[in-house]
Amino acid sequence: MPTSASSNADGQVRPKSNRPEVPMATAKNWLREMMLIREFELRCMQAYQDKKIGGFCHVYIGQEAVAVGTIAATEARDPIVTAYRDHGHALARGMDPKHCMAEMYGRIGGCAKGKGGSMHMFDRDNNLFGGHGIVGAQIPLGVGLAFATKYEDEVINADKNGGKSNRVTLAFLGDGALNQGSVHEAMNLAGLFDLPVIIICENNGYSMGTSIVRGTTMGHQISVKSEAYGMEGVEIDGMDVIETYWAMKELVDKVRATSRPIFVDMRCYRFKGHSMSDPRKYRTREEEERYEQGDPIGVLKAHLELRGLTEDDHKEIQREVRATVKASMDWAENSPTPPTSDLYRDVYRERWGPYTGTSEPEMLGGAEIECKFNAIDTTIDRKADLL
Amino acid sequence: MSIATMREIEFRDAVREAMSEEMRRDMRVMLMGEEVAQYNGAYKVSRGMLDEFGPRRVIDTPISESGFAGMAIGAAMMGLRPIVEFMSWSFSLVAADPILNNAPKMLYMSGGQFGCPIVFRGNDGAGGQLGSTHSWSVEGLFSNVPGIKMVIPSNPYDAKGLMKTAIRDDDPVFFLESERLLSMRGEVPEEEYLIPFGQARIARAGTDCTIVAFGRMVNIALEVGIELEKEGISCEVLDMRTIRPLDAGSIIRSVKRTGACVVVDQSWSFGSPGSEVAALVHRECFDDLDNYVHRVHSADVPAPYAHNLEQEYLPNARRIAEAVRSCLYRS
Repeated sequence: MPTSASSNADGQVRPKSNRPEVPMATAKNWLREMMLIREFELRCMQAYQDKKIGGFCHVYIGQEAVAVGTIAATEARDPIVTAYRDHGHALARGMDPKHCMAEMYGRIGGCAKGKGGSMHMFDRDNNLFGGHGIVGAQIPLGVGLAFATKYEDEVINADKNGGKSNRVTLAFLGDGALNQGSVHEAMNLAGLFDLPVIIICENNGYSMGTSIVRGTTMGHQISVKSEAYGMEGVEIDGMDVIETYWAMKELVDKVRATSRPIFVDMRCYRFKGHSMSDPRKYRTREEEERYEQGDPIGVLKAHLELRGLTEDDHKEIQREVRATVKASMDWAENSPTPPTSDLYRDVYRERWGPYTGTSEPEMLGGAEIECKFNAIDTTIDRKADLL
Repeated sequence: MSIATMREIEFRDAVREAMSEEMRRDMRVMLMGEEVAQYNGAYKVSRGMLDEFGPRRVIDTPISESGFAGMAIGAAMMGLRPIVEFMSWSFSLVAADPILNNAPKMLYMSGGQFGCPIVFRGNDGAGGQLGSTHSWSVEGLFSNVPGIKMVIPSNPYDAKGLMKTAIRDDDPVFFLESERLLSMRGEVPEEEYLIPFGQARIARAGTDCTIVAFGRMVNIALEVGIELEKEGISCEVLDMRTIRPLDAGSIIRSVKRTGACVVVDQSWSFGSPGSEVAALVHRECFDDLDNYVHRVHSADVPAPYAHNLEQEYLPNARRIAEAVRSCLYRS
């Protein structure tokens, strides 16, 4: 199977070593998660065509192994931040598909109460710090999350015995973001301050319609980009969830122990267009078919079949994820739209309301809207621990 | 407060005292920026802080505003309360995306899940012959953005009290200092105090004309008040202290008393705090006004280098006095 974008043909992809076997139940769960993301995204495309979803919508089809394999290698307390192709990360991190779908439907039951949309998935309970729409902007944020976890360990909890959390941050970007200045500034800071962050470049070979070699120097081997920032650069086959998991597990353990940042060139392929409006005229159908043969879901399924997964098992998972996604759509459909009074909520944390230009600043008031994601308690002790 | 505890300190000392007190009080507060630690601050605002708090809490960053502003915002999302020094607010423009697109929108975009308790501070405004690129008054540009709070102190007392409030605030605060004011001395009590946001100060009481002023311009407006007193014109000078939230009530109450209003704002006139105040006063005090609101801004040109041109570029005493006389039909 192909392991990298055609334009990366010269790239060195790590040879698969002799990894321990993943327990069947775990691997089966990964298959279920990847199939859930696939089904979720297919239904998103449909809902977008039906104008249930507005704005921009970028689906994750083809890259499921990346979110599932990398996030499986983390602990729930490890912070994660990503770009705008974020549904897969949200689901892999444990966001209820209902809240994810309702967000895209612009409903109050969405993870951000309908204020964020497809590109801005936030989930405080699952330590998902967004979904960010500006290309590359999330990498300085991710480096900041790592800065905060390290600060928590070394300053706030310095006196506490065994108080170190040693959390590892995953910060995802696409290969198109590699040429943003903020990404390089952030990599320099991560290297300079020894921050426990893994910067994962989901290298699907295209920044929108521009193939990597047309926009990026050393596009065939982007892992060298991190060298200048004192960061190890690692290439991983992101089309194989088992390989992704083991390679990432190694890196996560390493960063947890050393607090040194690492850069990952995660080789993958985006089966669909950049966004819903992309006719994909910049690449050939032959190229797409070649990658589709290495579909990460098919690869895992074939692996599990060797270990006894039956066609009935597979159908059962398919039925299950279809039902889950269908339920998420029904739930989203039935979730109320945000009340118009919500327009003015959450602009400021405390009493100053938005500026109306007519009188004294207004106090925020009104009843809290009940949903899974309540506003943060602002009465926390000033010396309290971090999130 | 008793007089015995007052002492005279510089504006820069007041800002430093506020930061240091808050860092002693709350371990989550830290300072980062270019030259803030070993160099003791490009303008000596952070002098001595490295010695007291160490390199983990007073952090020298590379010249990388977009990177370190974004990093600080990520840290704030996680629960830290960073203070980020821009050597000059002019340099914040390369960090426009994190400070305008991330910090003020995070709470809203996340449906209230992730706030951004952060203070961005640094020098703002022209006057040092630094030429066009280094002479920004960012209040016009940045006050346009909902989700931020903007503070612009005019004296050491306010600088300290407002900085302490800024650090304790749960929202992103843009704190605009003036390089021209850093050596200004003023009385500051030794006891702790905080100044709430959104409360203007009547810097000078008067009956004929309200001068609404921001930051350093308050001091020039006060000089004008003394001069015009000799002509029999009684000016009331409002020191707004914060631009967001804007203390509209104090402006309205004052203008209803005086019936005349001049705004002094060192940013450019087009889409500025000054134009916002004028719109507000015209709307709320329409029947009280004897003339339209007069506005004194920096000239609508890039900041020039030559000393005489720069002095003419900025709102100055002559231009403010002319505006007051014109507003009162006394010219």
